Amino acid sequence: MSAVWPHLPILQVIIPLFGALLAGFARRSGAAFAITLVVSWLMPLCAGAMLWQVLASGPISYHLGSWPPPWGIEYRVDVLNAFVLMLVSTIGAVIMPFARRSVAFEIEEGQRAWFYCMYLLCLTGLLGVTITGDAFNAFVFLEISSLSTYVLIALGRDRRALLAAFQYLIMGTIGATLYVAGVGLLYLVTGSLNMVDIAARLGPAWADNSRAIIAALAFVTVGVSLKLALFPLHAWLPNAYAYAPSWATAFLSATATKVAIYLLVRFLFSIFGVAIDFRALPVAAIVVALSLAAMFVASLIAVFQSNLSRMLAYSSVAQIGYITLGIGFVNLAGLTGGLVHIVNHALMKAALFLAVGAIFFRVRTVRLSELAGIGRKMPITMAAFTVAGFGLVGTPGTSGFISKWYLALGALEKGWWVVVFLIVASSLIALVYVGRVLELAWLREPSDAIKDANDPPLSMLLPLVLLAAATIYFGLDTEWTAGIASMAAKDLLGGLR
Amino acid sequence: MTASVVIPPAVGLILGGLILPMLQVRLRWLAVLVLPLATLLLVWQVPDGVSVKASFLGYELALVKGDALSRLFATVFAVMAFAGGLFALNQDRVVELAAAFCYAGSAIGVVFAGDLLTVFIFWELMAIASTLVVWSAGPQARGAGLRYAAIHLLGGVLLMAGVAGEIAANGPAGFSKMALDTLPRWLMLAGFLLNAGAPPLSAWLPDAYPESSWSGMVFLSAFTTKTAVYVLLRGFPGAEPLIYVGLFMVFYGIVYAILENDMRRILAYSIVNQVGFMVTGIGIGTEMALNGAAAHAFTHIIYKALLLMSAGSVLYMTGKRKCTDLGGLFRTMPLTTVCGIVGALSISSFPLTSGFVSKSMISEAAGMQHLASVWYLLAAASAGVFLHAGIKFPWFVFFQRDSGLRPDDPPWNMRAAMIFFAVLCIGIGVLPGPLYALLPYKVDFVPYTASHVVFYLQLLLFSGLAFFLMLGWLKRTLTITLDIDWFYRWLGPMLARHLDRVVTGVWNGCVSMAKRGARGVPEGIQQYLGPEGILARSWPTGTMAFWMTVMLAAYLVLSYLR
Repeated sequence: MSAVWPHLPILQVIIPLFGALLAGFARRSGAAFAITLVVSWLMPLCAGAMLWQVLASGPISYHLGSWPPPWGIEYRVDVLNAFVLMLVSTIGAVIMPFARRSVAFEIEEGQRAWFYCMYLLCLTGLLGVTITGDAFNAFVFLEISSLSTYVLIALGRDRRALLAAFQYLIMGTIGATLYVAGVGLLYLVTGSLNMVDIAARLGPAWADNSRAIIAALAFVTVGVSLKLALFPLHAWLPNAYAYAPSWATAFLSATATKVAIYLLVRFLFSIFGVAIDFRALPVAAIVVALSLAAMFVASLIAVFQSNLSRMLAYSSVAQIGYITLGIGFVNLAGLTGGLVHIVNHALMKAALFLAVGAIFFRVRTVRLSELAGIGRKMPITMAAFTVAGFGLVGTPGTSGFISKWYLALGALEKGWWVVVFLIVASSLIALVYVGRVLELAWLREPSDAIKDANDPPLSMLLPLVLLAAATIYFGLDTEWTAGIASMAAKDLLGGLR
Repeated sequence: MTASVVIPPAVGLILGGLILPMLQVRLRWLAVLVLPLATLLLVWQVPDGVSVKASFLGYELALVKGDALSRLFATVFAVMAFAGGLFALNQDRVVELAAAFCYAGSAIGVVFAGDLLTVFIFWELMAIASTLVVWSAGPQARGAGLRYAAIHLLGGVLLMAGVAGEIAANGPAGFSKMALDTLPRWLMLAGFLLNAGAPPLSAWLPDAYPESSWSGMVFLSAFTTKTAVYVLLRGFPGAEPLIYVGLFMVFYGIVYAILENDMRRILAYSIVNQVGFMVTGIGIGTEMALNGAAAHAFTHIIYKALLLMSAGSVLYMTGKRKCTDLGGLFRTMPLTTVCGIVGALSISSFPLTSGFVSKSMISEAAGMQHLASVWYLLAAASAGVFLHAGIKFPWFVFFQRDSGLRPDDPPWNMRAAMIFFAVLCIGIGVLPGPLYALLPYKVDFVPYTASHVVFYLQLLLFSGLAFFLMLGWLKRTLTITLDIDWFYRWLGPMLARHLDRVVTGVWNGCVSMAKRGARGVPEGIQQYLGPEGILARSWPTGTMAFWMTVMLAAYLVLSYLR
């Protein structure tokens, strides 16, 4: 064990990478699933050990191939990314058992092993982006996760998935290009790709190169904003989520955008924020304005959707708005709220999309008009949906309330009363679209389309119920969510110039 | 019994409510009857001061904090849950009872809450549970339930903004009297008042409650408005605006109740009216006025529930709720009639009933503060209450002409619940001592002085006389009374239709404009947000790339311009 201990950072990335190869070579879906399950369950152990280590004794720096930074690639784990690593790997581990039946139902036998292979590659990419301390290495992992995501989406259940994947491919590539252009500008100015090193050299370089640095900031922010689906760069997301395989949607909605948000926070606070006073630039103001727009416009669009997956996808855009809003406040309560909502939203959105997957598994449709009375046929599934739905609304007792509370405090700290109102008022719109589904599911007589439905088997039900229970648990005990988030926020704000 | 272990009284009812649907019928009956009594026992185990703490969001919350005022409200809530449960035993929709128990539990949670955050948490639970109670009445309550939920969550928004502001400014310091000097406190007051049924949004109450089932409304009448009275008593005693708000509610309730034809809507309006008395008392703010408001909340829960039980029995047995369809039921429903009359006399503060011993305190307090106009208005309102609830309800439902309906009295459990509350109404009226002993301040008020009794009897006799003299005008026709809720229910389509009929010539232009406007809103929504709207449909890749460019340009330009 002690031999493994110092190498945890690289194991976090290398295990899923080799797992992907094995799953690809396995060819048979049963074997591929078994490999994927083992890998997925190892990940939280790895991330948990690092989180524990970071909390106990501060950041871990791991030098790849023993090349010291800034020449070699450094994996750097502090509270913030240990927190995100823990989230991504836990979500993967919890929802993995759901995959076997759901994937078997939606994807042809010949492609299933590739599905698992692509998932593991995607996991590799997401964990890699989070763990690396090197700006260009982050780009490489971002591309690994993106390319595998395109494939995952294209494996979706009908041909509209192909168009959705293609659009995401084009947009994702533009976003990545902008990101890498921004990193290139930074390299030009500082001569370094290591994040800590860039941050240290950027300050002295500001006087002569302020225009290039501002351009780098804009390129990186916009590029990453596309990846995290900040309004109005969200347009790729609804179709991608609606037409991807159900399980992939649950995984991506809970993790992919969250990792992009992490990257934005890392660049804004740990790189630019350390070197220059970015509060003097309009970046935060633009983020706040777009976040507010996302909260309202996307929620309103969600109200009028007729397809449950698309409704939840638009809700994701709105909820991402909450997260970026907190980041845009640039104060302790706001940043804590944003970071804690990364976790809270991941848990409840994963639960909601798993419920959608379970519904599709039983009745082959997710059109709202055909789902009347589904609650009476699939009570446990819809009970979990209900709990997670209340989480989206931010009812006290669910984790959504915790996020809303910190965000409101963050806005108050700024003295922005109007924003406090907008935060709580936008949750009323969430109530409308969630309430619409709940009313349909519980209060109507079951329609013909769903008359034979019943709750899915235990392997699908258990992850769903666990996530719904987590929504409640983290609404009551916030030590592991808000506690760590506020630690990370303190670190980030403490480093600001 | 050591005081070290205090079980939060709210827990039993909420958990009980959650498991209720899973129990077999017999076991369920047992649980429905035993749980509230166990809760009552727990309520009386709560010592003074903070006894249960929890840490949440980095704050130390006082989940349970006892004092006389909390115990008074919690007691009547537990009693209400018992009688309501007894009354609703043969309700087929188990969800309603389950929700009602969670609702009662949350209300008890609010009255024992030792800080604002705890208040808010139970407040929201109450809103959800009560919405479920409305909804479980079936498909016809769907719309009313949605409107009810929307208004209450709006109240939650106000309250949360207020509580967050207050805690950000002063830390999570308990829940006690607050001066109305900051924005957060006004927001909290607004959130509280919304639940009390105060203007301008009083209409949610008569809109939603009558749509609930025959048993649901019995529960609904007790908790939401009375927890609002409790939090106002706790947080804003003596806040002057409350006097005017309360008086407005008093007369609003009377006017609409007199105009109303639906027996349960009459009683819904009379809830607003009665809560108005309490709010006025809180606004006056002397010890006697606060005692009066608290006592009136206690007695009102009992007699209003009694009235609604008798109305619910009529609805249960006949399926009808309009005064024009009812009448002459006293022949075959004698017990329901008697209990209805006891409730009606209590709400009219007839001497020897519970309403008399509580309401006269509020009037007396107004008199002692030399608030002459308030005193006169309250006296006039008492006459009005007798008119709309005291005589009108029993007269049109049980007497009047013979409607030809011959329903029996309801099943035993409903009769038992009514008898229990009728006995309480009279009992408290005859022996007010025990109730007075429960009040937060020391009572040195004697209700049965000759002048009080004579005054009230005169008032009631003359308004009774007036009722029968004006019976012709008061005869209920099949009408619907318009209220503020009309604006948010029917505005678009009704505007177009009404204007059409009334207007000619010059007005035609305005009409078509109004129509276009009314249609324009949904069209605009469809155009931008609807499933195929500009913002919602799948964008072409080029459009996405375009926005990307716009964003990049915006960042660059704004950064360089700074």
